[in-house]
Order: sequence, then structure tokens, then C-alpha cells
Amino acid sequence: MTKKILIADDEQNIVISLEFLMKREGFVVCIANDGREALEKIRSEGPDLVLLDVMMPHKNGFDVCQEIKSDPALQGIRVLMLTAKGRETEVSKGLALGADAYMTKPFSTKELVAKVKSLLEMTT
Amino acid sequence: MIKATLTGQRLMALFLLGAVLFNYPLLSIFDLPRVWAGIPLLYLYVFGLWLLLVILMIWIIER
Amino acid sequence: MSSATIVAVSFLYLVLLFAIAWMGDRRADQGRSIIANPTIYALSLAVYCTTWTYYGSVGRAASSGIGFLPIFIGPTLAVCLWWFVMLKMVRIGKTHRITSIADFIASRYGKSQLLGGLVTVIAVLGVIPYIALQLKAVSGSFMILAHYPEIVMPTQGVSRSWFLDTAFYVALSMATFTILFGTRHLDATERHEGLVAAVAFESVVKLVVFLAVGVFVTFGMYDGFGDIFSRAAEFPDLAQLMRMEAGGNSFGSWFALSLLSMLAVMFLPRQFQVAVVENVNENHLRRAIWLFPLYLFLINVFVLPIALGGLMHFEGKGVDADAFVLALPMASGHGWLALLVFIGGLSAATGMVIVETIALSTMVCNDLMMPLLLRMQWEGLRRREDLSGLLLGIRRAAIVVILLLGYLYFRFAGEAHALVSIGLISFAAVAQFAPAMLLGMYWRPGTRAGALAGLSGGFLVWLYTLLLPSFAKSGWLPGAFLEEGVFGLEALRPYHLLGMEGLDPIAHSLFWSLLVNVGACVCVSLWRRPSAVEAGQATLFVDVFKQTRPAGDAFWRASAHVADLLPLIGRFIGPERARQAFAEYARSRGVADMQDLQADAGLVHFAETTLAGAIGSASARVMVASVVKEEPLGLDEVMNILDEASQVRAYSRRLEQKSRELETATRELRTANERLKELDLLKDDFMSSVTHELRTPLTSIRAFSEMLLEDPEMDLDDRQRFLAIVVSETERLTRLVNQVLDMAKIESGHAEWDNCEVDLKEVVEQAAWSTSQLFRDKGVQLEMSLPERVPVLLADRDRLMQVVLNLLSNAVKFVARDSGQVWLRLFETDEGLRVDVEDNGPGLTEDEYALVFEKFRQGGNTMTGKPQGTGLGLPISRQIIEHYGGRLWVESAPGSGACFSFLMPCVKSTETKDDAR
Repeated sequence: MTKKILIADDEQNIVISLEFLMKREGFVVCIANDGREALEKIRSEGPDLVLLDVMMPHKNGFDVCQEIKSDPALQGIRVLMLTAKGRETEVSKGLALGADAYMTKPFSTKELVAKVKSLLEMTT
Repeated sequence: MIKATLTGQRLMALFLLGAVLFNYPLLSIFDLPRVWAGIPLLYLYVFGLWLLLVILMIWIIER
Repeated sequence: MSSATIVAVSFLYLVLLFAIAWMGDRRADQGRSIIANPTIYALSLAVYCTTWTYYGSVGRAASSGIGFLPIFIGPTLAVCLWWFVMLKMVRIGKTHRITSIADFIASRYGKSQLLGGLVTVIAVLGVIPYIALQLKAVSGSFMILAHYPEIVMPTQGVSRSWFLDTAFYVALSMATFTILFGTRHLDATERHEGLVAAVAFESVVKLVVFLAVGVFVTFGMYDGFGDIFSRAAEFPDLAQLMRMEAGGNSFGSWFALSLLSMLAVMFLPRQFQVAVVENVNENHLRRAIWLFPLYLFLINVFVLPIALGGLMHFEGKGVDADAFVLALPMASGHGWLALLVFIGGLSAATGMVIVETIALSTMVCNDLMMPLLLRMQWEGLRRREDLSGLLLGIRRAAIVVILLLGYLYFRFAGEAHALVSIGLISFAAVAQFAPAMLLGMYWRPGTRAGALAGLSGGFLVWLYTLLLPSFAKSGWLPGAFLEEGVFGLEALRPYHLLGMEGLDPIAHSLFWSLLVNVGACVCVSLWRRPSAVEAGQATLFVDVFKQTRPAGDAFWRASAHVADLLPLIGRFIGPERARQAFAEYARSRGVADMQDLQADAGLVHFAETTLAGAIGSASARVMVASVVKEEPLGLDEVMNILDEASQVRAYSRRLEQKSRELETATRELRTANERLKELDLLKDDFMSSVTHELRTPLTSIRAFSEMLLEDPEMDLDDRQRFLAIVVSETERLTRLVNQVLDMAKIESGHAEWDNCEVDLKEVVEQAAWSTSQLFRDKGVQLEMSLPERVPVLLADRDRLMQVVLNLLSNAVKFVARDSGQVWLRLFETDEGLRVDVEDNGPGLTEDEYALVFEKFRQGGNTMTGKPQGTGLGLPISRQIIEHYGGRLWVESAPGSGACFSFLMPCVKSTETKDDAR
């Protein structure tokens, strides 16, 4: 069964690259451009994993992550946070909020794919 | 304003020196019937000392 | 020589003196004082040398050899101490506007009117014989000279009627002269510049003439010092004069006379007048310290030769030794020299009489008459508006009375005594001031009662041991008590109190009177604690050098308005002078109008010292107290101010103040620190934002590059699309780096401003043309409204362009595709040139409104997608406009578009914040 991945980011070019990358790996991809839309899509699409940007309009990635983790219905969803602010505090904050993994931008595509796959317990 | 405490101390010393030299018993040493170049010793001593004191004052103050 | 000639020459000489005095006063009024000169000051001190020195020293030398010298050696030594004592007197005198020695003592002991009066009485009684001495010398020398070429001594004991008496006319003319000199007007400072100039001139005259006579006798009549002394040595009785024992000299009386003259040279009313009251600058003391002794030395060098020459020349001819100075030139037929000698003697006499009577009349007026008038509540005092005339009248009358008293003393008692013994009686009288003065300056516990006891005790002893015997010798009193003592008690013999032997009358009197004086002063002072006023004044006097400001108001907590004080002062010193004094005080306080002066203790103190200059400190206090509201200070309060404990308290108060200041500084530092921390946080935020903005495009670039690299078989469309993205992200990165650098430069003030004349219309048109492609791509309408021409600005063209471009591209960014519309307007306002860029986009929400000019805060919402831009455009634009003193702002409401405007001042465009580099 193909896994579904939600890409939540407000930077169009990053969305494009992630979409291409994930589709090439054989995932089903859906997209959200801000935090509010991301939550809506999570509930309606039920993705297996969310690639969650921190800096987004309306609702930032931390808030989204917190909502996912506090909602029992969404427990199965893996969260991989992406941030351009590479500060230690941000990483630990994200992990403390229940994010499953954390990557700083700019990231290596290979590592990202590997991380996504390991989170989805798949091996290449 | 006059300051210079050293000058004041010197003048004080000069006062004491003058007070001693111009009075008994030192004065009595020169109370002798002697003359020098026709001038009596006591007269010479008193006026010489007086002039010396004035010169010292000038030296102390105007130096 | 006819009397007429002598009178004419004397008159001419007095006119010359008066001219000098007049000039001195005039120069003083013009502010170009001629007595502001240390040499003049020192010469004026030589008023110490009166006819007593001039004629009398020779007389005394003729009987006692060098026994005349202590009178001059004492001052020579005392002068060494002036560095401390006289300086202190002068400083106190200036600080408290002391007008006389009576004023000094009264002021020191709590501004006591009683004490001032007592000092005045002692001074008048003590000095009158001295004035008599001058009258005697002048009239005597006049009579001798009038008989030239014969040498006839004035007849002794023959009673002439007073209107034939030369001395009477001498007294009258001196009174006139003194009144003309000293009381022409009432001065707030009681200083007489012209008088001092004249006195200094007289000092030169008497010295030069005396030296001329000395040289004439020593080198003209004889063959130098050695010759005179050798020839005199041949006479056994003259040879004795070269020794100590001559004429009843002893080392004891030598010492006593030295001490006496030491005190006299400081506390004689006239010496106090010239040394303290008339002192212009305390630095003048420096030269006086050596010049005055030098003067004394010079005027004494020839005394003994003249005495010996006279004794040899007039042996057995019955010529009075006091007249040798005059008689020797006469005997040699040098009439002109004799006349000069007379003038020199006149100088010595007038100098002394004028200064002395002025000093005494001031004391009589300020410390005797004024308190009496005030006490009697005299009707005339209240009715009269201007009392300065009354004060002058009192002084003039006092001068006349004092001189007449002098004449009477001369007439009835003076004939009995040689010049020197009269002078010594006066010296012994003023020596009574010494304990009160010296203890007052150096000993805090001294009280009014102590000073009163000391002064009156010493004065009574003086009266009994010197003055009464002198009366007895003159035949006024039965002489029996001299030998037997009062009531036949041997222990009370005036010259041998308690049977004391071995001292001459002067030394004897000096010893007993000073013993009683000092003893009484110290014991009575220690009897009780000083009152508040006494303690206050004591500190002001003793610690005069420790006071940084002209204090006094510290112990005088009172207030009064100029309106009350000015008329009061005006009544005494004249309205005009009073107004001047107040105006000057106002100027010194930095107040333009004297009516605006604060009614504080300082003003009261000023009024009191000003008045003290005219009527003495004690009366001044009474007068000022009548118009001020005083809150009396209790003794405890004064002691608080004075005590060492209170000094500690003052220190701790200063410490407290310091620590308060420190606290304030700490608080300020803390605030500054917090501000810095805030700024640091802002900087962190800024760095974090920059990092984010840099990493975002880098993320896309890396992702696409890696994908392109990994997948060589990617189809061409994707490949092209991704490469385009990489390129655009690179551009974005470049733009960002440039703007961040730009921002940093502008903010740190290191930006380069390439200022030149800029036509803003042309800039706006250019910007519109540059962005026209953007507008066309998005289908947005740009409507421009530009004036024909606008004033030229001095600014950096590229940066202005940057601003307009930024606003235009912002507008395009936020309006809707195809339906969007942007208006660009340029117009002139009163403040300068204004550019509006208005759009019909979504407008700004309240949150956005506040943040739009902050760095990295971009407007925009999900509807329009994230706008392209760095978030630095508006902040940079605002910095640029503000650099030129302009404003950049936005007006907007959600849903109704936004209008960004900036205003460039026209006029100020030439004066940019930092000039073009």
C-alpha cells in the first residue's frame, strides 16, 4: 500500500521540490500552504507522514505538531519537522512537542528520503 | 589669596629668631663698651641684625 | 622766618595732599584704583610713624640711647606673624565688612553693642593723648621755626589764651582737613582710597626729609657715623648712651616695650584702619611684610647720630631734644631744610591725626551714637527718610570733638610730659584690645561676657597705673597717691601694685593690665557656654579660612523682601548708593531685576553687611532685624552646625547624598543594560530572520540541484522548470544579501550617499517605466498624475529610485491579478515633495499595519500566496527617506487598499543628517 505524505510549507519552490522528490519515491502527495490548511488536510486526507515547515502563516509548525499529537485520532501520523532556523532550541522544542524527526533546511534530499522511509518503517 | 605654608613657617621661624636675638640674654653679649670703625658695638649689632632680618624677609617672600 | 610764610607753605602742602586724595577718590570711582598696589599699601602702614617717631625718637634717644628702638623692633618682629594674624584679620574684615576695631570685637562676640561701645570709649580715651602729642609737636615746631634764625624753645608753663594758641588753630585746621578727607560721603565699605593715597605720599615725604636731615647732620655737620660716635664717646655721659643701662633702660623694659609696640602696630585704631579696613587686596600683605620693616629701619638709622649731634651741638643751651631734628638745620643756617623738616613733621602729624580721627569717628558713630540713638528710639530717627546726612553729621562732629579733646589734653596735661611717654600711654591703652582680638580670632569659647570683663578690667588697671598718674604729674590730681597709694594703702601704689618693684611704669602697667585682661577674659568666658549668636560668630571668625563662601547667613535664618530692605539701607547710605549696591548684588546672583531677588537668608545677609559698612555690625543687625522675619536659631542648632559631631553629620549627609546619586546612577545603568539586552534580543531576532531568509532559497536550490544531479534522465520540461527555479532562487538570494548589507550600512551610518541635484519627477517616471513590465505581466493598471515641474532636491538619485521602485513593486505584489489598479501621484506640499503610491489591494489588517515597516515582516496572506520579497524593502525605504529628514508612512484599512506615501523636504534637502561623504 502506498503511503500518503502531506507537504506543509509556504515556500512554493520548496513545495515543488518536495512534491517531486516524494512522488519519485512512489509516495502519494498532498499539499498545504499554511498551518490551518495543513490541519484540514491532515484530517481530510489522513496522511501517514507530514513534512511540516515551522515558519508558516496562520498557524506555525509547532502548533500544528502539538495538535496532531494531542488528538488521539491522529496518533498514527508521523511528523517530520523542517525548519530554516537552525537553532538548537527550535530542534528540541519540536522534539519536545512530539515531532518524530527534525531536519534543518537546506537538507540533503537523500537524507530526507531516508528519514521519511525510516519513519514509515520501510527500507529501500 | 596668600597660601604657601612653607613661607608662613619660615616667617614664623624668623620671628622666633628675631625675638631671641633682640632680647636678653643674647643682647647683653653685645652690651660692651667696644667700638668698630668708631661705631659702638651695640649700635652695630642692633641695626645690623635689623637689616639682616629685613633682608631675610625679602628673601623669604620675594624669592 | 615769618609765620605767614610757614602757614602759606603748610597750606600749599595740604592743598597738594588734598589734590592727591581727590585724584585717588576719582580714580577709585572710575575703577582704576591707584592704591591697589602693594607698595602704596605698605607705605600707608607707615602711618605708624608719627611726630612721635619724627621728633620724639631723637628726644628719647638723647636721654636713653638705644632705648627708643623697641618701639620699632617690636613691629619688625610682629610683621613676621602678619602672614597669619593680619591675613586673618583682613579676611575677617572683608568677609564681615568690618569698619573699625570696635566693630571687629563687637561683631566677634555676638554683635554686641555694649562691647563695641566699650572699645570705642577705651580707644577714644587712650588715643586722645596721642593726638595731643601731634598737636603739641606741630605747634611746637611751628613756634620754633617762626623764630628762625634764632632758636627759641616754646615757653613752658606760660598760659596763653586759647585764641592765641597755635595748637588750637592746628587742631581746627586738622579737623577741617579730616572732615574734607574722610567724610565727604558715606561709603558702604567705609574705605577711603584718596585718603590712603595721601597717607602713603606723606609717608614718603617724612621719610625723605628725615633721611635728608640725617645725612645733613651725619655727613654735613660731622664726618660720618664713626666721627659722630667717636666724638660723642669723649663725653662720659654721652658714651653711656651707647649702652643698655642708659637712662633707666633695662632688658625688662626693652622686652616690655617690644611687646607693647607689637600689639600697638596691629591694634591702634589707625593701624587697623589702614591695614584691614583700607586693604584692597590681601596679597598686598606680602610686600608690606618686608617693606614696612625696611621703612622703620631707614627712618631710625639716623636717630642716634642726630641725637648725639644735637646733644653735642646744643650742650648747655637749653634746647629740647625733641626739637633737635628741626633745630640742627636751623642752627647751621639752613632755613629751607628747616622748613622741609617742618613739612615732614606736618606730614607725620596730619597722617596720624586724619587716619586716627576717621577711625575713631567711625567707631563713635557706629558703635556709640547709633546704638544710643536706636535705643532711645529717637523721634528724628524715625521721621527722617535719608539718614546718611545724619550719619555724616555725627562723624564730622565726632572728628571735631576728638580733636578738641586732644587740644584740651595738650593744653592741660601735655606740657608735663615728653612726647614719648604720652605715646606709650596710648600704646598701653590699645594693647588692651589684644586679648579680645587674638582670643577672638583663635579661641572659640571666648564669650561676650569674657571680652567685656577682660577689656574693662585691663582698662581700669591701665587707667589706674598710667593715666591717673600722668594726670597727677600734670597737677590735675594730688600727686600724693603716687607715693602712698589710694587710702594710704602701699599695695595700691599705681607704679608699684602689690609692691612690685623693678619695672618701669609702662612695663609695670602693661604686665598688670594684660594679666587682668587675659585672666578675666578667659575665666569669665569659661564660666558658661556661649550663646547661639556668640558661638556662630566665633566659628565664623576662627574658621574664616575654612569657609568657602562668604558665609554668615548660615546662622541667620531670616528672610525679607527687597522692598523692605532697600528703603532701610537707603536711609543710611543714601537711596542712590543703596540702589546701586542692590543692583550689583542682583547681578552677582544672575538676576536681572533686583525686585526679582529671592527673599532668602542670603539677601538679608547682604543687606546686613552693606549696612554694617555704614553703621557697624551691631547696629546693622538691630536695624535689619526690625524689618525681617527672623526665625531665631537655638543654641543647639548653632552648635549642631558648629560641632565636630555636626561636621561628621555633614560628612554623613554628604555620603548619603553620594549614595543616593550612586543609586540613581545604578538605576540608570540598569535601564541602559535592559535596553541593551532588548537590542541584543532584537539583533538575535534579526540574525535568526536573516538566517531563515537565507536558508529558504538555499533549500530550494540544493533540493533541485541534487535532484537534477541524481536523475540525468529527468525529462526536459521538468529540467527546464527546475533550473529556472534555481536561477530565480539564486537571484532572490543575491537580492537578500544586497539588501541586508544595505540595511546594515544605513543603520550603522556607513552608507554612502551620492548626493546630487535630483528631479523627483524624472525619478518617478523612470521608476514607473522600469516596473511597467511587472504591471503588464500581472495585468495591473498604473495611473500617474505628475505636475509639470517640481523643485530640485539634493539627494542620492539611486536611493530615491530604490524607494519608488520598492513602493511600486510592493503595490503590484498585493493587488489582484488583472483587476488590480495602482495610482502614482507626485505633488508639492508646504512641507516638501510628496509621492503617493495607492493600490486597490486587500489593504492592511491592524496587525500588519503595525508591523509593515519592521524587518522581515511581510504582508500577504494565503489568498495571494506568499509575496516575493525579502521583507527588507520598506524598512530600507523608510531609512532612506528619514535620512533626508522626510517621512514614509502608510494609510490603509482592510479591504480598501493601501496608500504608501513619502515626503521629501525641499528646503532641508541641502542639510542632510550627515553630509555627503
